[in-house]
Amino acid sequence: MNLLALDPMRLFSALPGNIAQGIIWGIMAIGVYMTFRLLRFSDLSVDGSFATGGAVAVMLIVSGVPAPLAMLAAFGAGLLAGLVTGILHTVFGIPDILAGILTQIALYSINLRIMGGKANQPVSVDKYSLAVSLRNIPKALAVGAVLAVVLIVVLYWFFGTEKGSSIRATGCNPAMSMAQGININSTKVLTLALSNGLVGFAGALLAQYQGFADVNMGRGAIVIGLAAVIIGEVIGEALAGKHLNFFGRLLFVVVGGIIYYIVVGVVLWMKMPSNDLKLFTAIIVAVFLAVPYLRAKSQNSYAKAAKKGVK
Amino acid sequence: MLELHNIHKTFNKGTINEKPALCGVNLHLNPGDFVTIIGGNGAGKSTTLNAIAGVWPVDEGSIVIDGETITGYPEYKRARLLGRVFQDPMTGTAATMEIGENLALAARRGQKRGLRWGITKKERERYYEMLKVLDLGLEDRMTSKVGLLSGGQRQALTLLMASLQKPKLLLLDEHTAALDPKTAAKVLDLTNNIVTENNLTTMMVTHNMKDAIRMGNRLIMMHEGRIIYDVAGEEKKKLHVSDLLEKFEQASGGEFANDRMMLS
Repeated sequence: MNLLALDPMRLFSALPGNIAQGIIWGIMAIGVYMTFRLLRFSDLSVDGSFATGGAVAVMLIVSGVPAPLAMLAAFGAGLLAGLVTGILHTVFGIPDILAGILTQIALYSINLRIMGGKANQPVSVDKYSLAVSLRNIPKALAVGAVLAVVLIVVLYWFFGTEKGSSIRATGCNPAMSMAQGININSTKVLTLALSNGLVGFAGALLAQYQGFADVNMGRGAIVIGLAAVIIGEVIGEALAGKHLNFFGRLLFVVVGGIIYYIVVGVVLWMKMPSNDLKLFTAIIVAVFLAVPYLRAKSQNSYAKAAKKGVK
Repeated sequence: MLELHNIHKTFNKGTINEKPALCGVNLHLNPGDFVTIIGGNGAGKSTTLNAIAGVWPVDEGSIVIDGETITGYPEYKRARLLGRVFQDPMTGTAATMEIGENLALAARRGQKRGLRWGITKKERERYYEMLKVLDLGLEDRMTSKVGLLSGGQRQALTLLMASLQKPKLLLLDEHTAALDPKTAAKVLDLTNNIVTENNLTTMMVTHNMKDAIRMGNRLIMMHEGRIIYDVAGEEKKKLHVSDLLEKFEQASGGEFANDRMMLS
């Protein structure tokens, strides 16, 4: 590859778009954070509910519903998807990962139905008033940032309430939670519903941003969400250390999403085939998951202990 | 305060691992009773406590607390009537949450959890005073994560949590078994204080026969899922470890009580 042949200006001009996209995926990643970190539930339904949100929003907007209302409906649709996963898990005893996969696969068919049997439905910013669009990136940046901050503030408040505390307790210690009178099945279902609602909402944003909803737009969403969560955590902890409170953690999830999309932008700018992007994402997530583990292990290894023992 | 009528529970029914754990347990506790429960491994001590707490439904029999039949209630619904401390110090608290938050969770046991603040400023002041009494220095670490505490500190905190919302019945399941002797003695003292101060009806499972004799006003011995010995008042106070060992031997048909019993 000839690096000199690359045009740095093109990288910079793509940057704002990457950031806007990063914010949208960051909002989605907050939903992943709620299940993955707070509830300790690996929820794979998000790949489906992200596309559901996009599909619902686009179909409503093209039928004349104002964008904000359509986004609210996308939130509701995601909520229902999370409800299904929650019921599969708590009422029918299906393990978390499997419950999520079942919802995800079922949503593929449902999403196609929502989009009138088509795999792709366009929504033009010229014809409809959209909340965000890649044709107006400054506005997309502003709207995305405001929405992200509002969501973080609301969630910060919510997880500080009695209900929110009971969710955190459920994720941390189910036995203790039950002994304190918390119905852990209902907290699980509630969290899954809220998480997927947020994911659906982010799907609605992305569909408007890119100007279409696609049945495959959620494929790999969970991995991107995890990437944002983990990148955000690593960077947040490195920068803020012990001072990283819950508000900061949520904020850094969005920052993680932004960083992820900046890196993707750089990689694409270096003319890597976009088909390889998923492979690249998987590698990034694997590395970010592995590094903290390996670092802890290297500080605490048998080989090291043996060496010290000899001296 | 507590009525157990003919409680039966068999684990793994109909399989090769079938194990009858409780075979007709009957028990009546008066308000303020502090019962210690002893017995060999597999005698049904913890199983009795778990049956009351509703960890699983019983096969037969009924459980009544303070006039309320709770046999059909799931675990979380019974929680409002019960305070529980477990053998494993990790079980009773949420490690990733703050000391204050854990107390606040316990203070809302049996109440509807809504959108009010999870912990208020007033509560913090109240918890500060309560933690101060424990004399473990926890009052100045209210915002520390519970995961940073030692096993003894966690058990002390769990005891406080169990009594915060005065329970009808306090269930202590070998709550000092995982602690070193010195810490165990401290936690037992604290147990006595909390039980006496609040006049709590209490059931305490223990493997330590001296503790079983020393603490509480009543002693129960279990064997193979049944209560085989029930003694209270003056008669209990006069007991010696040798009397209990003899009972054990009688019950187990001359076999020696297991090693753990002998050692304690």
